[in-house]
Amino acid sequence: MIATIAAKELKMLFGSPLAWIALGVLQGVLAWLFLNQVDAFLGLQAQLALLANPPGVTEMVAAPLFGATAMLLLVVTPVFAMRLIAEERRNHTLPLFFSAPVSLPAIVLGKFLGLWGFLCLIVTLTTLMVLSLRAGGPLDMGLLLANLSGVVMLAASLAALGLYFSCLTAHPSIAAISGIGASLGLWLLDIVSKDLGGWHALSLLWHFERISRGFLNTADVAYFLLFTTTFLMLSVRRLDRDRVCG
Amino acid sequence: MSEILPSLRARNLSRRHGKRMVLEALDLELYPGEVLGLLGPNGAGKSTTMRILTGNLASDSGDVEICGVDLFEDSVAAKIHLGYLPEISPLYPELTVSEYLHLAARLHRVPESDVGAAVMQALHRCALTEVARRLIGNLSKGYQQRVGIAQAIVHAPAVIILDEPTAGLDPLQIREIRALITELGRSHGVILSTHFLPEAEALCGRVLILRQGRMVFSGSVETLRQQCAGKSLEDCFVHLTRPEEIA
Repeated sequence: MIATIAAKELKMLFGSPLAWIALGVLQGVLAWLFLNQVDAFLGLQAQLALLANPPGVTEMVAAPLFGATAMLLLVVTPVFAMRLIAEERRNHTLPLFFSAPVSLPAIVLGKFLGLWGFLCLIVTLTTLMVLSLRAGGPLDMGLLLANLSGVVMLAASLAALGLYFSCLTAHPSIAAISGIGASLGLWLLDIVSKDLGGWHALSLLWHFERISRGFLNTADVAYFLLFTTTFLMLSVRRLDRDRVCG
Repeated sequence: MSEILPSLRARNLSRRHGKRMVLEALDLELYPGEVLGLLGPNGAGKSTTMRILTGNLASDSGDVEICGVDLFEDSVAAKIHLGYLPEISPLYPELTVSEYLHLAARLHRVPESDVGAAVMQALHRCALTEVARRLIGNLSKGYQQRVGIAQAIVHAPAVIILDEPTAGLDPLQIREIRALITELGRSHGVILSTHFLPEAEALCGRVLILRQGRMVFSGSVETLRQQCAGKSLEDCFVHLTRPEEIA
């Protein structure tokens, strides 16, 4: 049932030009950044060779590229997430799910997985670009995998957050704007909380950066897992409120 | 002789919106092979009743059993036996009729091997076979309404609930939809809401009239006619459903 809903989301997404245009534009931007990084790396190679322990191509090209992907996901995820519930509510299509033998958690999970799947596709395209560097030399696969899992977990968190904001309203644009605001807020918490101490632990950026340095520890994984689960559960509760409050 | 069990039984349903009671202590039973009409003026609580019966809205009190399964205790198991067409059809204009019905069949837990056959049958019953490959958004209102009914019957549920299925249609389309409902009523239990009395007379074996959330009549159209004592059905309906402060 969850798979049916996820497949429906993906199908509807790819049925509209939005997904294709977004994939094209993002790929264009990321490809330009990628080439820029590769160019910079090649330019610096002579100087790097003089260092005792120089940063490799993975660190110089792949990590910044995954960082850029994360930044782009931050902005585009709420745009895709807004459709999930808000648009269905506005088009009066939610009763199709509510009167079918499907539980609310299954609806929420299906919608979440549909969106996450799409975001993972964007991440896959980035990864393929990075993997093309293997033609020229070895890559630090550990660092690459850490970055990849960091972006994938971040995508899950952003998808859950966007889904929750989509549950709050019947206006997709409001869902998108507030989703972007919340994502940026959580991203920037790291900067504004420098003087406050402790708050940076809530920041998406802080946890993502730790992972992107190749340091995949349980605390950061748990943060993303908890973040995602919390917003999925909040989404279920908010959808149930539709039934209770009418 | 064994007693026929109702496909749907609702007891003591109540719902309040703020201070206003929109539904008060409603009891309702639907038997297999019966078309039950839910009548009343706008705002009488017809759609609220239907939303509660289909699990789209919670009731403040009471319970609903669909084929013996409590809707509030085990909603997933109860909804397997349920098909619902809301007042506004839940359609995706960007899907084709066939794609949409495949989705509806899967959502209603039709086994994967039977989905194709179930969709074909629903298309056939609702006379949609010719437009199966067309986008829903490009269809006329009448066809869209049929697609809405098709999604409610694709899994052959025991209980079909249709909220104003003929609203906004032209006379020819109304006739077609009525013929379809009559046919559905032979093999399923159907509840349909309308504020159009001739429709109820043409389709329903039994009617239930609501006024301001309260049931004011339950019985066959024939019984209602007898109660009218010489008055026209319409006068009788207006008299029954006139708001209390005016009556």
